[in-house]
Amino acid sequence: MFRNRVSKLAVTGVTGALLMAAAACGGGGDTAAPSPGNTGAGTAAPAAKIKVGLAYDIGGRGDQSFNDAAAAGLDKAKAELGVEAKELEAAPGETEAQKEERLRLLASGGFNPIITVGFAYSNPVKKIAAEFPDTKFAIVDDSAATGPNISNLVFAEEQGSFLVGAAAALKSKSGNVGFVGGVDVPLIHKFEAGFEAGAKAVKPDIKVQKKYLTQAPDFSGFNDPAKGKTAAEGMFDAGADVVYHAAGGSGGGVFEAAKAAGALAIGVDSDQAKTADPSVKDVILTSMLKKVDVAVYDFLKSISDGSVKSGPKVYDLKAGGVDYSTTGGKVDDIKDKLDEYKQKIISGEVTVPTGS
Amino acid sequence: MTTTTGPKDTFLNRLLGRIPLTGWLALAAPVAAVVFAGLVTALVLLVTGNPPVETLTTMVEYGTQPRTMVLTLNSATMYYISAIAVALGFRMNLFNIGVDGQYRLAAILAAAVGGSAVLPGFALTVLVIVVAMAVGAAWAAIAGILKATRGVSEVISTIMLNTIASSIVAYLLVNVVGVRRDNNIGTRPIPEDSWVPGVALVPGTQAKVFGLIFLAIALGIGFHVLLNRTRFGFDLRTTGANREAAIASGVNVKRMVVIAMVISGAVAGLAGMPQLLGASYSYSLDFPAGLGFNGIAIALLGRNNPIGVAIGALLWGFLDNSATILDLQEVPPEIVQIMQGVIVLSVVIGYELAHRYRIAAEQRKVSRELAAPAAVEGAKA
Repeated sequence: MFRNRVSKLAVTGVTGALLMAAAACGGGGDTAAPSPGNTGAGTAAPAAKIKVGLAYDIGGRGDQSFNDAAAAGLDKAKAELGVEAKELEAAPGETEAQKEERLRLLASGGFNPIITVGFAYSNPVKKIAAEFPDTKFAIVDDSAATGPNISNLVFAEEQGSFLVGAAAALKSKSGNVGFVGGVDVPLIHKFEAGFEAGAKAVKPDIKVQKKYLTQAPDFSGFNDPAKGKTAAEGMFDAGADVVYHAAGGSGGGVFEAAKAAGALAIGVDSDQAKTADPSVKDVILTSMLKKVDVAVYDFLKSISDGSVKSGPKVYDLKAGGVDYSTTGGKVDDIKDKLDEYKQKIISGEVTVPTGS
Repeated sequence: MTTTTGPKDTFLNRLLGRIPLTGWLALAAPVAAVVFAGLVTALVLLVTGNPPVETLTTMVEYGTQPRTMVLTLNSATMYYISAIAVALGFRMNLFNIGVDGQYRLAAILAAAVGGSAVLPGFALTVLVIVVAMAVGAAWAAIAGILKATRGVSEVISTIMLNTIASSIVAYLLVNVVGVRRDNNIGTRPIPEDSWVPGVALVPGTQAKVFGLIFLAIALGIGFHVLLNRTRFGFDLRTTGANREAAIASGVNVKRMVVIAMVISGAVAGLAGMPQLLGASYSYSLDFPAGLGFNGIAIALLGRNNPIGVAIGALLWGFLDNSATILDLQEVPPEIVQIMQGVIVLSVVIGYELAHRYRIAAEQRKVSRELAAPAAVEGAKA
């Protein structure tokens, strides 16, 4: 028995060793191996072009959510400021050390500035920014990472959500509205708190149904239209006639459910009456705009003209960082009331709660 | 009939490495598997328009840098503990799919105890580890007791318990033990004098390897000793290999089921500890997820053998960490997941094919010896 075990042990040992060896042999004939950060000789122009490193959260470009919004800002900067960029994305379930390594590779590869998307980069940015004091860093959705070379791009999501909450209450005939959150995390609680406060400001006795699609660390709630559809259907069945989603890519399902129920839905992040599937555009009452693209572009512009500042930059209603959209004309009749609330929030007369 | 004294020659027993290959087959199986995995990966790279040779060179070059080696060792430490937990169950035909829920529930409660700083220094470290083991064991025991008393398949119950664990962890984090830190939320950090310091194992870098890598090594040795040098281990292997034979020889199978699940769960509870006590010191939204499922793949890859699992864990850690460099070189990092899947499948298929060849060869030999060409009952090939 023992001898058998040993032979088996040798077998498994050989498996791994051979795999490594095979990989090593495969590279034996190759002379000029690519090194980290080498983006190709053709692009090494003499003019000092800005090389941007962009580190996405899970999902990366194409997630129809905040990663995409950051990508849109970067694309604008590429077109208008002529910056070059390298985009990397996080893998599900990775550790902070792996995020650090991603930023370190970018920084040591000469990318400056480096933009990170999502609060998960908070500790990694803080650490790597200290290691590379001459590189500028920006982090979206986090103000906890601070340093002389870190700019924090943060948003007052609750203020924009307040306005769409008010719009929902003004448009609701049943006195019953719904909120679908992608993942049960503090960031999304801000959307929920603002929405509820806005709805209750219009109609104190309004019923607000709430549902989160997944619990962390399962972040699939930001990218699962089927879950969004089921949740919204439940709300419409229970009497809601307007549902707001803060669920990224899952929002498509919410729109489908609204279409089937003959009800209305509210989009998030971008102007979804423009970007959503054409078949459901007509159910979108308005969208809560969170202008990550503007924040990313502004940051890159400040880099290019040398006016970059470290520390938090709050994109709230006052700064135009959050807002509601008017595409489709469904809120034209209540625009005066919404703008009134907007002014009250800007002036400080109304304070919007940010949730737990 | 050479197999009547050992485990029954079933697909499951072959899959879990209970029936060893001998002679040249023992070498041919993994070689064929590796060649096959290499070919499939190269094909996928070619189809997606990436040069296979350069891609592998990049990975190996990056993977052999001192800092990457530290990252690989650190990932492998956690994978190893998780895979050992899975392998313990596998050895007894228990599919503990619930390692994922067990380690996360254990990590958050252990982190909460650590954050409360009820004891000073090293005593707190020990307490955190003990709490993690106890929570993991208790959570796994539910599945064990359900199986022993009601005959509930542990595959079903542990998957369900994973979902329940996720909800409990989310509830605890948001409502009970969590403290808001901007957009993140986590348990109170464990005080610095209770951290497990890293060790500078790899020369040429300041990055440190998790101190708890020694715990992982100890677990591997403990696993080997428990299974091969104790009566309990003998009973466990017997129960897994041939349940009827175990009952006949007086093993209380129900008791074994519960005990095996409890031990597997206790080990699973430790999977998050290197990260908790060596790097993040708090359980927050970005605590690494999915260790349990990686553990299942690695246990299969390592054929439930402590050394095999170690090699599997190192390979997994290397592949995971090389995803970043692929991303930087414009190669889709998802290639790594394809590689991982192909490697596990190739190893499973490679060994199974070798076993079928062995069975056919044995049958031919018996036929020749009996000089009777009649087909042997149960022929598979």
